[in-house]
Amino acid sequence: MNQNRISEHPVLTVESRPEIRFFWNDKALAAREGEVISSALFANGIKIFGHHSKDGSAQGIYCANGQCAKCLVIANGKPVKACMTEVLPDMKVKSVEGLPELPGSDPVTLTDISVQETDVLIVGGGPAGLSAAIELGENNISVILVDDKSKLGGKLVLQTHKFFGSVADSYAGTRGIDIGKMLAEKVNSFPQVKVWTNSTALYVFSDKKVGIIRDGSYQVVKPSIILNAAGAREKFLRFKGNHLTGIYGAGAFQTLVNRDLVKPTRKLFIVGGGNVGLIAGYHALQAGIEVIGLVEAMPVCGGYKVHADKLKRLGVPIYTSHTVISAQGDQAVSSVTIAEIDKDFKPVPGSEKTFSCDTLLIAVGLESVHEFAEEATEAGIRVYSAGDAKEIAEASSAMFNGKITGLLIARELGAPVPEIPRSWYEKAEILKSHPGKVSDYRMPEATEGIMPIIHCNQEIPCNPCSTVCPTGSIRIAGDPVLGLPYYHGNCIGCGKCVTICPGLAITLVDYRQDPENPLVTMPYEVSNIRIREGDAVAVNDIDGNPLGEFRIEKITDLKSANRTLLVKIKLPAALAKRAVSFRIQDESVSAPTPDTMLPDYLRDDEMVCLCERVTAGEIRKLISKGITDLNQVKAITRAGMGPCGSKTCDNLIKQLYRQEGIPWSEVESQTRRPLFVEVPLGDFAGVRGGDDE
Amino acid sequence: MNSSYDVIIAGAGSIGVPAALALAACKNSVLVIDSLSSPGQENNKKAIGGIRATHSDFGKIKLCQRSIEIFSTWQECYGDDIGWQSNGYSFPAYSEDDEKKLRELMKIQHEFGLKIKWLSAEEYSELVPGVFRKGLRGSTYSWEDGSASPLLAINAFYFRSVALGARYHFRERIIGLTSNSDRITGVITNKGSYNCRFFVNAAGNFAREIGNMAGLTLPVNPDNHEAGITEPVLRFFEPMIVDMRKETGSANFYFYQNKEGQVVFCITPDPPITGIDNRATAGFLPLCSRRMISIYPRLRNLKVRRTWRGQYPMTADGFPIVGPSSKIANFINAVGMCGQGFMLGPGIGELIARLVYEDLKPEDQQILTGFSADRDFRGMEQFK
Repeated sequence: MNQNRISEHPVLTVESRPEIRFFWNDKALAAREGEVISSALFANGIKIFGHHSKDGSAQGIYCANGQCAKCLVIANGKPVKACMTEVLPDMKVKSVEGLPELPGSDPVTLTDISVQETDVLIVGGGPAGLSAAIELGENNISVILVDDKSKLGGKLVLQTHKFFGSVADSYAGTRGIDIGKMLAEKVNSFPQVKVWTNSTALYVFSDKKVGIIRDGSYQVVKPSIILNAAGAREKFLRFKGNHLTGIYGAGAFQTLVNRDLVKPTRKLFIVGGGNVGLIAGYHALQAGIEVIGLVEAMPVCGGYKVHADKLKRLGVPIYTSHTVISAQGDQAVSSVTIAEIDKDFKPVPGSEKTFSCDTLLIAVGLESVHEFAEEATEAGIRVYSAGDAKEIAEASSAMFNGKITGLLIARELGAPVPEIPRSWYEKAEILKSHPGKVSDYRMPEATEGIMPIIHCNQEIPCNPCSTVCPTGSIRIAGDPVLGLPYYHGNCIGCGKCVTICPGLAITLVDYRQDPENPLVTMPYEVSNIRIREGDAVAVNDIDGNPLGEFRIEKITDLKSANRTLLVKIKLPAALAKRAVSFRIQDESVSAPTPDTMLPDYLRDDEMVCLCERVTAGEIRKLISKGITDLNQVKAITRAGMGPCGSKTCDNLIKQLYRQEGIPWSEVESQTRRPLFVEVPLGDFAGVRGGDDE
Repeated sequence: MNSSYDVIIAGAGSIGVPAALALAACKNSVLVIDSLSSPGQENNKKAIGGIRATHSDFGKIKLCQRSIEIFSTWQECYGDDIGWQSNGYSFPAYSEDDEKKLRELMKIQHEFGLKIKWLSAEEYSELVPGVFRKGLRGSTYSWEDGSASPLLAINAFYFRSVALGARYHFRERIIGLTSNSDRITGVITNKGSYNCRFFVNAAGNFAREIGNMAGLTLPVNPDNHEAGITEPVLRFFEPMIVDMRKETGSANFYFYQNKEGQVVFCITPDPPITGIDNRATAGFLPLCSRRMISIYPRLRNLKVRRTWRGQYPMTADGFPIVGPSSKIANFINAVGMCGQGFMLGPGIGELIARLVYEDLKPEDQQILTGFSADRDFRGMEQFK
């Protein structure tokens, strides 16, 4: 009866959890014990959670991270965020149609709020926060680490792929989910590191205290030092129809798919070719979701080339120099129209294509959650930042600079920590470096024996292939982390490099049995799409160009390969070194619809503030009146006054000003105020008793 | 560029903007100067939006009666929704003493023709379903009072005044006044100088500093108040609720549900936090939510969205200082609003226009006498 669940996954273990009953608008449905309401609803195919009080537009999941309130539902009479509230047996969940009704309450008892002192408060239990906590724990420093989720790990919890970076410093070659578990275990082993999960930092107040909501009650922490490791938030995009349900961030998608194992979509389209968008596409395939395509505004994807190549080879078209023009649909998105853009980023008329899809992921970049650092500075508390909260980069970088930051804090608090070597800072720089230039292949010339072919020709901070090779036959040219790997030496055909490469960019070519038709070993991680020995598959080269259909000779599932299968295919000698992988998604899946939905290019109805339903046109009108104070824009339109607290619209409004030619120096920014997220009044008063005990 | 104006107003806030509107409507040339970037950015936007005429003195009652007329008919006259609603005010009593005080005050209010009555605890519970009943003796209810959005209202007044010819210089700071024996002749700012026939001090928090520039000592001292707003929900209670009881850490506090469905609340710290400090403290929400939930338990489930701090530019007796200075005849004060600038603004704006136009009504004289800068500030308002 629950048809939208992932029942098998090539990487994640699908645990069977007890089923419980809940009600959606009086209809009995099944949920899994312990999951959040939004995931239970998605599993039951319910993606519209209510309708906005202003314009009746459909509301549903957007951030899946507790930051907005688009997923508001009524649970047992109370308005709650569906993405943050656990579904309980026989819970009566109702859609919010317009404004919700506030339930009554019996009189209650109120208790006092406690204040706790600590040396260090770490906001965020992701890769950076955990890595810092470990160093502080090692040095016996008292720490309170708060994280708003029930499980530590931050976004590592969602990362099913093997990590880039360096083996020595950031667990390269290990899957993100496994790294998250290891770090969390380590942090939990220090008695002086107190871990508060389900705890959201609300604000660093001027009286040098931090307000935190912990499991629904307000706690005040007075730290000597704050580490802001709160990560990043996703940016949004303006286009016609951007308010439809089914349009949300890649982070929300990964939460639904990889954390909650629900299948939120059948046909997915992705906007943005950075690592976040590319990886989300790969995760979608692993969850058995059709990925119709991906658009990237720049001429090349901003993410790692190996990630993009991986998607192309599996059969997902990547449209570079393209953008999304409009999304169509009644309440929920049902199709998307894209168009090519010229060098001035203007759409080229006539280049539009429409694709049918039921979900559109927006992965157009991240911005640091910097508020806590700013508030701490203003309050006069010593503050450090690490990970994405400091600078957007890969998790491998976050772990390394988290570790450095942890040591720096320990030193500042007087722990016997030697000075951080200069080389560490240099390495930290390397780990956060953006993908470099693309070089030509360094293809071995030999046509005998066995050897790895390394289809990795862009400098990225990644080196596990060089460290895993038992004969030391893979070397890195130039910088030991950033440089390009090349083969030099004596391959014994163990296949370790093939399975460890996070980019799935290494194959083995074995000429030993049949030099004319060597056996090529390729990695495969989408085992939910079954392949069998004897199947004919469409083999392709690094960029996904077809090389022809060939039969699978053998499939091996080594325990040491950590859920990466090794697929052996016999290929003509001329193709063997070019072959990298094979297509799993048929071309017909990603074909545009015959009827292109031609958009009108007057785009005043693009939504800028999703919370308060404010359009670009309304903002443009105020810009034309000469208004340059965003606080006045907010006062008149309510843009930024909604539950998310201008986390989404801020950037979009700034873009509009830029577009209208107003220099940013002439524009007054919105004043940010507490709170970080909405919190029930009762949580601040230590409510006991009343009607829910 | 014209550098001579009939009137220059210091401050584009709760008083300055409606004053500019009233003056421009009488064909005066007006310049409003404000150091911030748009109207209402100091304390106007911090106001929670309550508007009542049910005060205890002639001046405030008269001015707010006029303000209510302007607020309540604005949309009808000019089309902009400023969030007005006639939701009334209520002062519930939980002690015999408070009930007595309130009933005494009602007698005065009735003499002014104000619509206010006493509700039994039962009747009050119908208006405020779920209000804490234990010890509740009843409440006043003045149904013609109401509320509006300070943000929408000031922008509506601003655009209307601009349409009538008022000029605004934002991001400009007044650094001095020029005078000629007993008159102000002009204003010097960090960007230029301007001549004027009249100067209006509507500088809110900075009233004292502006007064100093003319050698006047204005006893206006800001103190800090904290406020917040919740998520919107369906309307569940009608009037503004003012809890006049004093508790540790706070004097009175009040809240209402605005036209958007959001509950807006504000608390008066006790002892007062003087000065200007807009930074939030960790103690505000626990303090305020305890009081709110104590009087209205169902608020426990309502989510707080945002909080902020603002100032009441206070005078010692709780009444504003309005009118021409006795020393400098064309220096008009409209300061020391004690947290009521938003509701007094439109009424005071028109009074200033009548002052400039020399068209004062007999009752205006009575108002101005009560609000004179030269009065004895030792009196105290009965209910703030």
